[in-house]
Amino acid sequence: MAKRIDVKNLNAYYGTFRAVEDVTMTIEPRSVTALIGPSGCGKSTFIRTLNRMHEVIPGARVEGSVHLDDADIYAANVDPVGVRRTVGMVFQRPNPFPTMSIADNVVAGLRLNGLKNKTVLAEAVEASLRAANLWNEVKDRLNKPGAGLSGGQQQRLCIARAIAVEPQVLLMDEPCSALDPISTLAIEDLITELKSRYTIVIVTHNMQQAARVSDRTGFFNLVETGQPGRLIEMDDTHKIFSNPSIRATEDYISGRFG
Amino acid sequence: MTTIDLASDARPNAGRPDAPGPNLGLGLEHRSRGRAVRNQLARIVMWTAFAIAMVPLAWILWSVISKGGAMLLDSHWWTNSQRGITNRVVGGGAVHAIQGTLMQGLVTAVIAVPIGVMTAIYLVEYGRGRLATAVSFMVDILTGIPSIVAALFIYALWVTTFGFQRVAFAVVLALVLLMIPVVVRSTEEMLKLVPNELREGAFALGVPRWKTVVRVVLPTAFSGIITGVLLGLARVMGETAPLLILGPYTKNIATNLFGGLMPTLPTMINQDRTEVLQPAVDRVWGAAATLILLILILNLAGRLIAHFGRPKT
Repeated sequence: MAKRIDVKNLNAYYGTFRAVEDVTMTIEPRSVTALIGPSGCGKSTFIRTLNRMHEVIPGARVEGSVHLDDADIYAANVDPVGVRRTVGMVFQRPNPFPTMSIADNVVAGLRLNGLKNKTVLAEAVEASLRAANLWNEVKDRLNKPGAGLSGGQQQRLCIARAIAVEPQVLLMDEPCSALDPISTLAIEDLITELKSRYTIVIVTHNMQQAARVSDRTGFFNLVETGQPGRLIEMDDTHKIFSNPSIRATEDYISGRFG
Repeated sequence: MTTIDLASDARPNAGRPDAPGPNLGLGLEHRSRGRAVRNQLARIVMWTAFAIAMVPLAWILWSVISKGGAMLLDSHWWTNSQRGITNRVVGGGAVHAIQGTLMQGLVTAVIAVPIGVMTAIYLVEYGRGRLATAVSFMVDILTGIPSIVAALFIYALWVTTFGFQRVAFAVVLALVLLMIPVVVRSTEEMLKLVPNELREGAFALGVPRWKTVVRVVLPTAFSGIITGVLLGLARVMGETAPLLILGPYTKNIATNLFGGLMPTLPTMINQDRTEVLQPAVDRVWGAAATLILLILILNLAGRLIAHFGRPKT
């Protein structure tokens, strides 16, 4: 069950510094939403507020509201650990757990949350690896360390790990920035497949990638360094890349700055 | 120094069959002679410093092994105590002292390692603000405490204040004071080496912080922590000041931590160090060689565990 995300008047801070200012957006279920913008514009910070990962950084805090369907994830009685089980995340650099095998990495989220049934775990390993298009490459070495895979395989392993806990939403923070073009293509194909089951939000520096994989695109920008980042424009991807309504968006996607 | 004839080709390889192609005017073809000289000079200084640093180590090992090594080859050394053996008589062994040293080291580790590791986990994974700064500062102070001061503190507490006897457990308490900061600092370094991405990866799966520490961070840092613990243990096993103040020597085997005297290798060395009779002198060197051997084995064990326990790629 994919969920809709409703963000209202969201501000994100590091200590006293406001990194993201007054973002309001709606993210539709079973779609891919790409967030683009120059470095330091707050798009990574913003995506981390959607699963309450922002606040693990000391001094970081969030104002405003984020609703998953009708539930406010920042409500006082909500456990951030539970939010992160519902909203999964894939990071910029592949980060498989070095002490665990490929199979253990995939079901790390399940095992660390107390699931012990071996049959269920084995099924989850295969289903998740198949969903991440990695099964055929690793099925004969499931007990080998996850860190021994190539960068692209490691990143797909991390995607398998993220979907093994069956989240409703999948956040991807520049998932291809450390990968070569072939691995990038594999991940992009995967994103297109996963879209039928999850709500996907992807931060990317690569505008072609945003154009290829996303249904909707949000453009973040900042006035100058030291100022907070803001959501400038959000629209259907083909509209953003063909006929954006705002001048700054056009300048950015046409390469006139940034 | 030869003068360089500017008219002829001054390249170092000029005229050699493998010499590079013609001068292309890129300024790349002249080797800097000054840099080569400085390089050589630095190399000589470095090797000399290394050799000087090795001299005392080799010297100590040589004198201890040449004077005490023979004792270790006698099987009695590893099976007998010094009970009933006088300074004039050859014979007896060091098993009472070996046993005491190992036992005190082990109990010290059992107490100091959990406290040290948990303190390090607090400092790295949880500690924020004033309390963490204070704890870290305290550990720094504890690191700098001379061992004799730790021993005097335990003496003041154990004997003067509580009125207990000088027993092996008091020695252990003093050694714990000395071992905790070593374990805290080494564990802290190892935990800091665990990439933050792994913690975030676990958080993003909905794993609580404590479980992330126990199941992801600690296993990743495990071999490094073990190495640090064993190095700390090697350090306290060779410690002498607390033993002199709190743990007098005896020639008999002792296993009771809470009553009677417990001999150790350092006190065995200290006991006979002023002797002139050859059998006693030999035993002093033998005990010294045994202590070095034990600590060497501990260090090797630490390295082996670090080697086989590290995450495989």
